[in-house]
Amino acid sequence: MAVIRDVMAAFELYQPTSVDDAQRLLEKHGPDAWVLAGGLDSFDWLKDRIRKPKAVVDLSGIEELRGVRTTGSNGNDGIEIGAMTTLTEVVNHPIIKQKYGLLAQSAEVVASPQIRNQGTIGGNVSQDTRCWYYRGGWPCYRAGGNICYADTPEGRNREHAILHADRCVAVNPSDSAPALIALDAKFVIRTPKGERVVDAEDYFIGPEIDITRLHILQPGDLLTAVRIPSTWAGAQFYFEKVRDRNVWDFPLLNVASATVTSGDTIERIRIAVNGAAARPLRLKAVEDAVRGKPRNAATGEMAGRLAVQGAVPLQFNAYKIPLMRNLVKRAVVGIRVEEATWTS
Amino acid sequence: MDFITWATNPWGQNVPIHTAWFLIWVAVIAGLLFLIAHATWLRYFAKEKEFASDASAEVIARIPKHVPRHSLVARMFHWIMAASMLTLLFTAFLPKVRIQFNWVTYHWIAGVVLTISVLFHVIHASFWLDFWSIWPDRTDVEDACRRVRRFFGMSALPPRRFAKYPLENKLFHGVIILCGLSVILTGVIMMFRVRTSFFPRNPYLLGDMTWGLMYVLHGLGGVGLIALVTMHVYFGLRPEKLPITKSMIFGWMNRDFYLQEHDPKRWVVETPSSSTSNSPSSSISNRIEGRGLTDAG
Repeated sequence: MAVIRDVMAAFELYQPTSVDDAQRLLEKHGPDAWVLAGGLDSFDWLKDRIRKPKAVVDLSGIEELRGVRTTGSNGNDGIEIGAMTTLTEVVNHPIIKQKYGLLAQSAEVVASPQIRNQGTIGGNVSQDTRCWYYRGGWPCYRAGGNICYADTPEGRNREHAILHADRCVAVNPSDSAPALIALDAKFVIRTPKGERVVDAEDYFIGPEIDITRLHILQPGDLLTAVRIPSTWAGAQFYFEKVRDRNVWDFPLLNVASATVTSGDTIERIRIAVNGAAARPLRLKAVEDAVRGKPRNAATGEMAGRLAVQGAVPLQFNAYKIPLMRNLVKRAVVGIRVEEATWTS
Repeated sequence: MDFITWATNPWGQNVPIHTAWFLIWVAVIAGLLFLIAHATWLRYFAKEKEFASDASAEVIARIPKHVPRHSLVARMFHWIMAASMLTLLFTAFLPKVRIQFNWVTYHWIAGVVLTISVLFHVIHASFWLDFWSIWPDRTDVEDACRRVRRFFGMSALPPRRFAKYPLENKLFHGVIILCGLSVILTGVIMMFRVRTSFFPRNPYLLGDMTWGLMYVLHGLGGVGLIALVTMHVYFGLRPEKLPITKSMIFGWMNRDFYLQEHDPKRWVVETPSSSTSNSPSSSISNRIEGRGLTDAG
């Protein structure tokens, strides 16, 4: 149960200095291994003694997993961010700020400065859900059990899913994930069979596919980098996060969009939300619907209504439906928060 | 090694949550071992089947070339049930061996199809077919004793030919009923825990312990069905059983196989007025022994 003991169960600590060594260790220990990046998700699990891995593979000594690099022969094809790059480094990197400001905006609102100094981009997209029933060690679906405690008449589910729930109603808590989806990022994964590159939106999975994980990493796999192509460099970006405490909190919902306009018309757009489902959702239907339309309030209204189609509220999270509708509207129109009108 | 996975619920009680998944492999291996052992036995050790004296020449002469065995309705039930059963097994267990897909919706829809088809079968077999033809009778038990005694070299009369269904077939049907009903009944109750269009979700319908037992029973029935379905498919594909398999497709079995395996006194076949007719759909006017049609399969 959720008793903080502060004393972790014993494990073997491995501190590899290369990706090859780390991957081999993860492969060797399989499901018994635990990947330690910034430790901000891991130490909750370990100190609560809810997770008791036999081997912890600490990635902090692997230099090749750190830093931001330009890609392509001329350095203009995009960037590659090592999975162990801290969120603060992401926020302050000049190229990210200049060309991919959407990612900088999203990383800047993650938790607190101290956490951003320690937390990594790889950890932020790979962290586990914050459903307290699950984090509390209760035997829910996500923990391998046969019930969702949040999806009950008395369950505390204010922060939970309104879309794509399937037995489990937990949501993905990442702020950077929707920004990376909007930027059409690719995730580089080292697997026992070699390197695999997947679209950001395909990195995340919902409970209908695997109810015990939020992403596709299997035992033995390691996320090594995030690649952002130059496709959306310098586009018009919009990121907004709504949370209970503005100083430090997980998102109730967040939205990220990258838009290229031609005059007043939306030429290209990618938009994603998180906090609405167990995986960040790319709103493909919204993108298709607004492409070629004028970038105005009417288009935004239409986009917002479309985004929440099929939403099913739980006992205490119906507010998320108008919230998501309005966030999507703003993200499509690209207006500043202080100028936005709210429709309930 | 625990056959059941346990967990501690929020009230500190130790409750079962599901069957241990290694049992999937136990069932697969058990099914494969059975078919290897059976195939080896038949190939190298089994003796020719021996039956008691044949039916009279007059009776034999009146057996048609195609002996009606399964009605169209019975065959449709069998194949619908087979399709839903295979869908249930694949959707249940492939995700457990890391072949991941959106399985829950397909699983409960296949479960609904299976439930409806089994309900139909129970009613159909009870009121329109010979319900008792699939249940072991006294003759089956006596013949089983004879076969066992003869197998061990003891003196015993040869067993009689089978009725419509051999004893092994009847016993398999009984085990399938046990496993099938356990997964169907628990599965219907488990649907209260997922969102379906049939009834409101109610996770509080049962207590944690009872819910856990539902999941365990569902899992045990499911892994049992892996082995049973493996065996069933194996027998369906064995050369000497192909006439039976074909009868589940075409509705009839040929005369030679019928006379070789079945006793016309125990499985009474309605015959057309003319024994030269080849079609089971020809008008049926005579019954050799005057007993009812048997078609519970």
